[in-house]
Amino acid sequence: MNAAFFLLFATAAVVSAVSLVVQRHPISSALSLIGVMVSLACIYLQLGGDFIATAQLIVYAGAIMVLFVFVIMLLNAGTEVGVDRRPWTRWLGILLIAAFLGIIARIAVEFLPKTENVEFGAFKLGGAQAIGQRLFTYYALPFEATSVLILIAIFGAIILARKEIE
Amino acid sequence: MNFFILSLIKSGLVAFVLMTTLAYLQWIERKVIAHIQLRVGPNRVGPHGLLQPLADVIKLLTKEDVSPTHVNTFFYYLAPFLAVVLALISISVIPFGPGIDIFGIKTNMELADINVGVLFVLGISSIGVYGVALGGWASNNKYALLGALRSSAQMISYELPMALAIAAPLLLVNSVNFREIVGAQDGFMLGFIPRWTIFQVQGAFPQIIGFLIFLIAGFAETNRVPFDLPEAENELVAGFHVEYSSMKFAAFFMAEYANMITVSCMATLLFLGGWHPLFPVELGSNYIPTFVFASAGIIMLYHGLHPARPFDRITLPIAGIIFIGIGLLFQAPVISQVLIPLFWFASKIGVIFFLFVWIRGTLPRFRYDQLMRFAWTFLFPIAMVNLLLTGLIVALFS
Repeated sequence: MNAAFFLLFATAAVVSAVSLVVQRHPISSALSLIGVMVSLACIYLQLGGDFIATAQLIVYAGAIMVLFVFVIMLLNAGTEVGVDRRPWTRWLGILLIAAFLGIIARIAVEFLPKTENVEFGAFKLGGAQAIGQRLFTYYALPFEATSVLILIAIFGAIILARKEIE
Repeated sequence: MNFFILSLIKSGLVAFVLMTTLAYLQWIERKVIAHIQLRVGPNRVGPHGLLQPLADVIKLLTKEDVSPTHVNTFFYYLAPFLAVVLALISISVIPFGPGIDIFGIKTNMELADINVGVLFVLGISSIGVYGVALGGWASNNKYALLGALRSSAQMISYELPMALAIAAPLLLVNSVNFREIVGAQDGFMLGFIPRWTIFQVQGAFPQIIGFLIFLIAGFAETNRVPFDLPEAENELVAGFHVEYSSMKFAAFFMAEYANMITVSCMATLLFLGGWHPLFPVELGSNYIPTFVFASAGIIMLYHGLHPARPFDRITLPIAGIIFIGIGLLFQAPVISQVLIPLFWFASKIGVIFFLFVWIRGTLPRFRYDQLMRFAWTFLFPIAMVNLLLTGLIVALFS
């Protein structure tokens, strides 16, 4: 059951990721990206990361991608125009990507540490309470540093936007 | 009993009740609006127009399904589907009552008890924008696109005060699980004031401001009057769903009502104590449902004896006896443990839904710049101050 659901969501994630690159229209690409994020959220949920899964939905699939789609709609970006390419470049590209994937797979098999199999439902510390406690005790410094960083980014955005108007 | 069979039965039950409620909410809305405007409202199909929703469904099903040639077909068909699916999914984590025990079968009155329920509903509602945005964009129509852009901007803006308003009661109850949130609001202060988060004063900040902010943001999130800019009829014809007909239009319509139910459920669970009664059981709150239904039945019987119209002589006594029967059902041994919490939950939702309709019948629409300014310069700071105050008081006194 768990394996079946994992395969379903994993396939959905990979298919959406490929579709993101292949699609010609920016809206289609953006929606494929949302598909990737929702599939990943489902996998997180299956692994017991409830909070991460919902945060993924709210922050990435909700807030950030809505802005993407909003901007694409506002600019009314049309379908991407293909450039003339020689036919052999396509085959070369397929060969190269196959080689690249082969190397990655080889490295993963050879060098990554051998771990025991992941068991669905074994991890219980993914709830809001557990994450909150870790975030404000053990990871307090990185957490605060990140929030300062985001604040600086907001200031930066405001200052850049101001200049445009003048 | 097997978990899957039980879940299947519960899903079927919830889906059936939800769909029927969605259809009848529209009848209630039309009736209430009509009475606010001194009209009668739908009264042709069935007694008091009670079969009007059925007639509407048949009408929408049999209408011509127009597919415009200038649309982006895939997204045009995807949008209403997305809208209705995302609107209906949220109901799966909403609990309607406490754990019950019927003939040895123990179960909770909800479909799924996940430990991040509140966040899940927020997440789903933040994706819900896509239905409207895509529908407007794929229609390839200026009015529809403007409606979709307005809608996305409005929903993004009002999500912020909404999330801040939700965070404040979560501080009081210290959980994001709906069942625990309602459990923390059990009991009474001074013996009769319910410990709902909008009333809580012991070591807590009463969430009355949070509740109002949540309701206002909820109106904006569901695109209801006075925030129905995305479909402003006199500027945008019908906004994002101008190119949709037949069942595709009905899907958007259904999504709007389902979202209203979700917002009402969230307000009830977070601020109004869920299924907990208004006053303690010792003071007889268990007899209130029987009293309400039976007195309605008795009034009907009385009017049946003094009929204003000839057919009232038959219909009113029958309806009256049915109502008295429903009232007595609340005192039946096994069913009462299901019905009484459901009664309190449904009546709180009903009050909020009535508020939705009342405001629609009362207030005019905002202008777009007013809408945005209201969200960012008024609602957002107030929600922030409310959250900080609540945090401070919880930190100091508990």
